[in-house]
Amino acid sequence: MKFTKTLLLMLCLSLAMVGFAQAGKDLDAVKKKGFIQAGVNGGVFGFGMPDEKGVWKGLDVDTARAVAAAIFGDSSKVKFTPLTAQQRFTALQSGEIDVLTRNATRTLSRDTQLGLNFVTVNYYDGQGFLVPKKLGVKSAKELDGATVCVLPGTTTEQNAADFFRNNKMKMNPVVIESTSELAKTFFAGRCDVLTSDASQLAGTRAVAPNPLDYALLPEIISKEPLAPAVRHGDDQFRDIVDFSVLAMINAEELGITSKNVDEMMKSKNPVIMRFLGTTEGNGKSLGLDEKWAYNIIKQVGNYGEVFERNVGVNTKLGLERGLNALWTNGGLMYSPPFK
Amino acid sequence: MSVPEQATREYLDAPIRKIGALAWLKENLFNNWYNSLLTVLTLLALCYVVPPFFKWAFVDSLWNTSAEACRDIEGACWSIVPNNIKFIILGFFPEGQEWRPILAMILLLSLVIYSKEWTRWNKYLGWLWVAGLIVMGTLMYGGVFGMPVVETAQWSGLPLTMMLSFFGMVAAYPLGVLLALGRRSKMPAIKTLCVVYIEMIRGVPLISLLFMSSIMFPLFLPDGMTIDKVLRAQVAIILFTAAYIAEVVRGGLQAMPRGQYEASDSLGLNFRQTMRLVILPQALKIVIPPTVGILLSAFKDTSLVVIIALYDVLKTTKVTLSNPKWTGYSTEAYIFLAVLYFICCYAMSSYSRRLEKDLHTGH
Repeated sequence: MKFTKTLLLMLCLSLAMVGFAQAGKDLDAVKKKGFIQAGVNGGVFGFGMPDEKGVWKGLDVDTARAVAAAIFGDSSKVKFTPLTAQQRFTALQSGEIDVLTRNATRTLSRDTQLGLNFVTVNYYDGQGFLVPKKLGVKSAKELDGATVCVLPGTTTEQNAADFFRNNKMKMNPVVIESTSELAKTFFAGRCDVLTSDASQLAGTRAVAPNPLDYALLPEIISKEPLAPAVRHGDDQFRDIVDFSVLAMINAEELGITSKNVDEMMKSKNPVIMRFLGTTEGNGKSLGLDEKWAYNIIKQVGNYGEVFERNVGVNTKLGLERGLNALWTNGGLMYSPPFK
Repeated sequence: MSVPEQATREYLDAPIRKIGALAWLKENLFNNWYNSLLTVLTLLALCYVVPPFFKWAFVDSLWNTSAEACRDIEGACWSIVPNNIKFIILGFFPEGQEWRPILAMILLLSLVIYSKEWTRWNKYLGWLWVAGLIVMGTLMYGGVFGMPVVETAQWSGLPLTMMLSFFGMVAAYPLGVLLALGRRSKMPAIKTLCVVYIEMIRGVPLISLLFMSSIMFPLFLPDGMTIDKVLRAQVAIILFTAAYIAEVVRGGLQAMPRGQYEASDSLGLNFRQTMRLVILPQALKIVIPPTVGILLSAFKDTSLVVIIALYDVLKTTKVTLSNPKWTGYSTEAYIFLAVLYFICCYAMSSYSRRLEKDLHTGH
């Protein structure tokens, strides 16, 4: 029959366009294809978003670049797949991507039930509240009966509802689908308070008609440790992704930047020598080139540089280091010794 | 002897009240009290809406400045469009290669425009299309003649929208016709298959099909095997549109009087000939308006691929708006997008009206 024939033909055509990636260990597969496929957000400024020229920018994007620099010695050997919140874990499970750097919060259920392994946190976020100063509110506990602008379908909505209920306050949510519309509504005065992750709120305030009219409340009502993730099943690859993030943190602690890393190669400090691979050993343990950490710092930068470049005080987001400062500066960024 | 009729006629000017602007106004806008009231109210509403919009859009607006300059003005900041036009239209296509998707789009448009005259439809045009599509594919994908390979993941913006909708329509149409014929088939297996397919697809929204293709489908595939994301979305759109076209075409088939079938039978035509020469040409002509309706909505539905993170022209615009520099100018960006969509849709529907007129044989 013509119809069945056409169906068969379509099936054959679509199968012909199917590509078989090499099954097996993730690291081998990555090395074989010659690049890393990283899942990123695609719509969050400062974390993962293309710029006007279509070049990917952001903290998560740079994290993926660091992994590429560690494995291939070339931070450009990474391809980005923009993913929605719903797609992100499936894409990792199905092998469409090798590593997920898409501001995903590490939780117990995600780490276990979804068959994923989260590595070191590359950004500590938390949900906060933004209010107009003229509201005269100093604490989130005073928000009884407030109209709250919130994005639908995220944990944000749930967290806010929980917070209000726990404090025996009434909340009138105004739910709006898109971030930019949400900000517009808030600035137009349709709601008293805007709630979202603190990193987002800072960005929103930055684009307010008059940023000084708005203030972030001190309460952070949820923990959002954002971490890269890989699939279960290849511990070596997991280690590499983990230590790529840690290398950036460690470099900042050691005072190594992309500018001075070549100087530092001549250092006689044994800690630095081990870290940068002038004393061999770390690379071999990870199954990488001894220069892996050098390549990350040289091509991508240390954590502080990456932070300041993408989300720091001089960017549109204008975020303080806060929890994301080094442990020596009162933050949570802490790397185990590289030995 | 007869006087020439002309001489006896009085030459009068047409009564002033019957023609001219005033008369027209009175005839059409103020012919009774409620129409007069409606006219006045509409005029008031327009006075209220149009001047502020005009002032916002054209007087107080900036057309090609930096984002910073826009912060100080009251009006529209159209600058968002020229400043981001490359990303909005072409998305991730690598720098320096922009001419390729642009050329491909021009090629597609000129082929479509050339094929507008249905009198030009013949075998050679078919081959021209095949050649054109191969050239377009080569331009987009590259890999030959020194053009670097651009993977489908980087196809985005307007070329992606055009591709998804064009191939969605072109592939869905014949599939839909086959499904319609299958549904009217006397062979139970084929009939059931078609009915189940059509009803199943029509029973779910396109979004769920897209989700399935992008989230569930990969889990069923063997480990390490992936199918191109764009292709998955394209197939979902084709399957979806085909089911709707099938029902419209079935309507056309049912509208054919029995006499047509009987006449072809008596001429000794077999099933294929009957369909090809007698039934389908008439049936498809009848259903041009609803078909175009479906094609238009298919074109607009392609923007739903944003939910599976394909960067069609809507998504690239949204991404531009996520940049804090340009957040807040969503109105301007969406108006631009609306104009873009309107031009495409209007061109399609006006073409369909013409085609309908040209093919009208009348009874």
